[in-house]
Amino acid sequence: MTRWLAMFGLVLSLSGLGSALAVEPDEVLKDPRLEARARALSQDIRCLVCQNQSIDDSNASLARDLRVIVRERLVAGDSDERIMEFLVARYGDFVRLSPPMKPATYALWFGPAAILVAGAVAVGVFFSRRRRAPAAPEPLSADERRRLDALLDAQGDSRAKDGSA
Amino acid sequence: MDLRRLVYLVPLVAFIAIAGYFYLGLQRDSRKLPSVLIDQPVPSFALPPLFDDKPGLRTADLGGEVALVNVFASWCAPCRVEHPILIRLANNEKVPLYGINHKDRPEDAKRWLAELGDPYRRIGVDRDGRASIEWGVYGVPETFIIDRQGRIRYRHVGPIMPQDLDKVILPKLRELGR
Repeated sequence: MTRWLAMFGLVLSLSGLGSALAVEPDEVLKDPRLEARARALSQDIRCLVCQNQSIDDSNASLARDLRVIVRERLVAGDSDERIMEFLVARYGDFVRLSPPMKPATYALWFGPAAILVAGAVAVGVFFSRRRRAPAAPEPLSADERRRLDALLDAQGDSRAKDGSA
Repeated sequence: MDLRRLVYLVPLVAFIAIAGYFYLGLQRDSRKLPSVLIDQPVPSFALPPLFDDKPGLRTADLGGEVALVNVFASWCAPCRVEHPILIRLANNEKVPLYGINHKDRPEDAKRWLAELGDPYRRIGVDRDGRASIEWGVYGVPETFIIDRQGRIRYRHVGPIMPQDLDKVILPKLRELGR
């Protein structure tokens, strides 16, 4: 357990180190609260050059430019939403690392949950049917009963004959 | 055949549908992003000139005619690849071509154009890359087609190769009435 915790801590500190290296000292804002907002916001903005990194992680020059723009706008008093809008207007929703909630993305947000629920319902129906099925076998009709008796009688006779031989 | 048995085919059909969708997705080049500025007016920007005898580039210079805006830099190798095609577009096809010199040293850009030829009617110098961000540029070269109303109608990411010119750029220009 302690080993796992140590491992987790190591991974966490390394990833923190990695992202701290991309933001260069001259970019950092003097106001620690604004800088914290800038870091949080940058972690949700995609670097369009590297695409699977945030601008907070990326050393690409466009990522640096966008980090600087985010900080300039924060200093100018823009809200986080306004800054996101500014970037989305130029680079599209793709610039956001977490997709926005809107009709076009409902399938993305609710699809997995919907498939899970549909699967649970299907499994439930399957098992409830299987349990009920063997509960009540149809009773034999009078005709079937007569045929069965005849067969059993015939077998009984042949056994008796074998025994006597 | 028992119709109720068909229900067991539902997972197979669903799998084929999803696999087909993903297969089509894999054929796309994920590095080429669609521009959100398509059909939008040219963003507002104003850039100083590169040469003393050739004006810079600003929003008001675009519109009134179908034109190309090309974002280039002397340090960009793919720009060198597409340069002969830009020259051909400007000389043979007489397409108005405007340049945004992206994050470049002016002396490097001048030397580059002196060596390879200058196909641009106007060149704006975007030293800090801010105007390029207004255009949603994320890599050089990028080329935009502007219509008569001054709206962005098409964006090409990466160098224009001969097949792009014949299959995409020229048909698009013709469609817009050039």
